[in-house]
Amino acid sequence: MRLFVSDDAAAVACGADAVAARADALGAEVVRTSSWGLHWLEPLVEIETDDGRIGYGPVAAADVDALLAGELEQRRIGDIASHPFIRRQTRLTFARAGRTRPLSLDDYAATGGWAGLEQARAIGPEAIVQQVTTSGLRGRGGAGFPAGIKWETARRAAGPRKYIVCNADEGDSGTFADRMLMEGDPFCLIEGMAIAGLAVGADKGFVYIRSEYPHAIAKMEAAVRLCAHLVAPFEIEVRVGAGAYVCGEETSLLNSLEGKRGEVRVKPPLPAIEGLFGRPTVVNNVLTLAAVPWILANGGPAYADFGSGRSRGTMPVQLAGNIRHAGLFETAFGLTLGELVHDIGGGTASGRPVKAVQVGGPLGAYFPPSLFDTVLDYEAFAARDGLVGHAGIVVFDDTVDMARQARFAFEFCAAESCGKCTPCRLGSVRGYETMARVLAGEDAAANLALIEELCETMTFGSLCALGGLTPYPVLSAIRHFPEDFAR
Amino acid sequence: MCSWQGLDSAVTDANAQLDAIIAAHQGREGPLLPILHEVQRAFGCIPEDAIRHIAHALNLSRAEVSGVVGFYHDFRRAPEPLPVIKLCRAEACQARGSDALARWAEEAAAGRVAIETVYCLGLCSVGPSAMVGSEVHARLDPAALDQLIERAA
Repeated sequence: MRLFVSDDAAAVACGADAVAARADALGAEVVRTSSWGLHWLEPLVEIETDDGRIGYGPVAAADVDALLAGELEQRRIGDIASHPFIRRQTRLTFARAGRTRPLSLDDYAATGGWAGLEQARAIGPEAIVQQVTTSGLRGRGGAGFPAGIKWETARRAAGPRKYIVCNADEGDSGTFADRMLMEGDPFCLIEGMAIAGLAVGADKGFVYIRSEYPHAIAKMEAAVRLCAHLVAPFEIEVRVGAGAYVCGEETSLLNSLEGKRGEVRVKPPLPAIEGLFGRPTVVNNVLTLAAVPWILANGGPAYADFGSGRSRGTMPVQLAGNIRHAGLFETAFGLTLGELVHDIGGGTASGRPVKAVQVGGPLGAYFPPSLFDTVLDYEAFAARDGLVGHAGIVVFDDTVDMARQARFAFEFCAAESCGKCTPCRLGSVRGYETMARVLAGEDAAANLALIEELCETMTFGSLCALGGLTPYPVLSAIRHFPEDFAR
Repeated sequence: MCSWQGLDSAVTDANAQLDAIIAAHQGREGPLLPILHEVQRAFGCIPEDAIRHIAHALNLSRAEVSGVVGFYHDFRRAPEPLPVIKLCRAEACQARGSDALARWAEEAAAGRVAIETVYCLGLCSVGPSAMVGSEVHARLDPAALDQLIERAA
């Protein structure tokens, strides 16, 4: 009997290794694949049958004996590929999720792998950048900057040595798509980086992965070794962060790669002109680079056919926190927040009413259900003082205290500030203290007025997004949930 | 402060090990973080003596190396005397009750295990989550956390 079990860290954290070991001990052939992203069903086990793979989940190690004996029908999910959660998605970047073995070059090539790189080699730098520009692809790390413009800037920059840096410092709570991509389809990221290298004339790439992702680090290191001959002369090195959220900001990431304190740099100069070691550098998020092979293989216009407004293509949305159907949902821009949380996510896992969702990580705004008609689209979110960010959606039920969440936003900023600029370094601490006073019921109105002023200073005076965007969760909590601040 | 000073032979061994680590990475672009990671893996911390040694080898000042060690949460100047469980306290895990779980963990650990806060393990769809070494654990409740603590202690 042949079984498929994911080796994605989320599956492993839910016990997938023990499930695989038990099945193996019972004589089944266990194939470790990437995760489909239906995380509420992990560990998900698929059994190969004459009618294709049939999924069961969640399966604990103690259930495996019954499963193999055909006695776990109550956990039968059926064909995962035709599960509504999968069928409603548009999987371009995550097309292989759940289907292939992450480190199998055969599986990768058999599912269209390297077609983008081949095309890139055939058409050359200018045409590559043209395709990426036409696709409308924007930075998936959070800033949403057009990838084509960044690449064109680096392509035109002079210099015998240039770099491609992949930002895999995915520190935003509620996000895990970078991790899933690196663990599940590492060659796709490598292919994207190699294409970027061709486009701008760089022969060296770095993948900067946070240290909290040991599984992703291991997979990427193995994948880089396995396919070195296929991307040569382009070379990739995996580098490991050291527990600093701010290194997800591109200029502090570059400092960290150089072996310095991960402090933010003042821009300009833009990294595309003067980046790593002072040389032209393209810094892109994992999902941005991983979208590129599809774009090259299918053409920029095909990618741009998906989406809404100026947000083209697809976004791997991450449904997280207190949500029933938690997992990865890749979709064209254009769904509403309400559709994502209720129709697809199934509401809260606790069964209580949804009170708030935070979109875009710890620097993203909190949205109340009254704003659930907001469309997933960079501009639509900005228009409501929020951000799509890395598209993590964290759901909270009605037991959450939004004043505490606002205080946490300052606490997090204080813990992770690099210290370079005063509004962030001091503002976060003063904000925390002031919000603590509000929580204690000390002159809430006056203290909230002070916080509004402080937030203005942080927004306009901070060097990077950490200090600059911390006001988003704070002010959105105050604005949309005033009852939690009247104490 | 973590140090290998004491026995002469121990100093010689540690210096040789350190030299080997530096030599393995010195040719790389931006070698400092890879060196610090490996030193910490080998010694359990970044000893003061190592900072001097690395600074000399990379032609940096001790202040520069020390500043880097101090900047990153991962690097320790002294070894952690207790086994460590890193419990995620970021928003997605908060939404699944990690604050209450952290209070429970402190009590259950009773000073035998260090319960450290980590902000996000990328397991936000299956929280609350924790990491022990490079092992990950999700959907934690008090019972599962108790087991982790007893195993680590």
